[in-house]
Amino acid sequence: MNTGQFISQLIIPLFILLVVGYGFSKKVRVYDCFVSGAKDGIGVALKIFPYLLAIFIGVKAFQASGALDFSKDIFRGLFDLFNIPIEVISLALIKPLSASASLGVFTDIVKTTGPDSLASMIAAVVMGSAETTFYVLAVYLGAVGIKKTRYLVPVCVIADIVGIIIAITVVKYFF
Amino acid sequence: MNTIWVLLIAISVIFSLINGRLDEFTKAIFDGAKNAVEVSLFLLGIVSLWLGITKIIEDSGLIHRLSNLFQPLICRLFKNISPNHPSITSITLNLLANFFGLGNAATPLGIKAMQDLQSLNEDKETINFEMMLFIVINTASIQLIPFTVIGILSDFGSRNPSLVVLPTILATILSALLAVGILFLGRKFFK
Repeated sequence: MNTGQFISQLIIPLFILLVVGYGFSKKVRVYDCFVSGAKDGIGVALKIFPYLLAIFIGVKAFQASGALDFSKDIFRGLFDLFNIPIEVISLALIKPLSASASLGVFTDIVKTTGPDSLASMIAAVVMGSAETTFYVLAVYLGAVGIKKTRYLVPVCVIADIVGIIIAITVVKYFF
Repeated sequence: MNTIWVLLIAISVIFSLINGRLDEFTKAIFDGAKNAVEVSLFLLGIVSLWLGITKIIEDSGLIHRLSNLFQPLICRLFKNISPNHPSITSITLNLLANFFGLGNAATPLGIKAMQDLQSLNEDKETINFEMMLFIVINTASIQLIPFTVIGILSDFGSRNPSLVVLPTILATILSALLAVGILFLGRKFFK
């Protein structure tokens, strides 16, 4: 695993060296070029901010009001039926909403059920194969000011559900 | 997004009424606001950083080399984009960053890709199919090795934390393929 971690640590520094070195060798004024590109970042961040604000407020409120716990209870029966560890529900519900919260839930599952349990295995695969969909939507759509999203959101929601089912099925098949 | 947001807010208010958690609700929305500021500031930094780097990639001509490498694959997916358009490169870089699990690089490069795609969009307020395809591929999160997850598993004393790598790759590829499939189905049904 150490070599894997080393390689992953190497990617960004190496890539930046490659880019800067290549630019320099092509007689590009690398420093000025970087600064002029970076300048656009301010506009992007400003543009995204209100969208982020909206989505974060919604997600936080949903968690704090107890609505999330209620949704867990609804799905509990379904998970029991297919013999899926109930701990996975929390993660499946929180993963599309918040990256930091899902990392917390994942750590909690590993802590309470042990790192080699079925619940931990499923949770690990869900962590790696699902994305914080609503954050991605808010940021990417906000950055370009798209207002009409047509059928994108329903497709993403269905894809999320399918993704969770796949993660569970794959783990059950492997272990 | 409109419906989702209204649902989130309305359900939250109703539940905090029932559960007597009105105080928590108010605290949560302020908390969310604070979070949004923190994340935006963080994004300001890394987005600027990667926009600076991509500018060097563009101006030095490295862009052509990179896009030549991945053009066949990306062009097959994004049929309506001409192979020389800058969005091909930004899409490539974003997918590569995702692939290696570099979230901090993937988001800024994805934003760049969305802007490049938007330049081809005729109606600036309405999303086009290429943008949807790009977002769906992104939300399916194609990742090679989940380093954070493996790190946590081994922290808690897992016997063989890298055991999750193969199922994760399989699940991520399957769900990405299905997600794209669902999008194509969506195009058929909704027009």
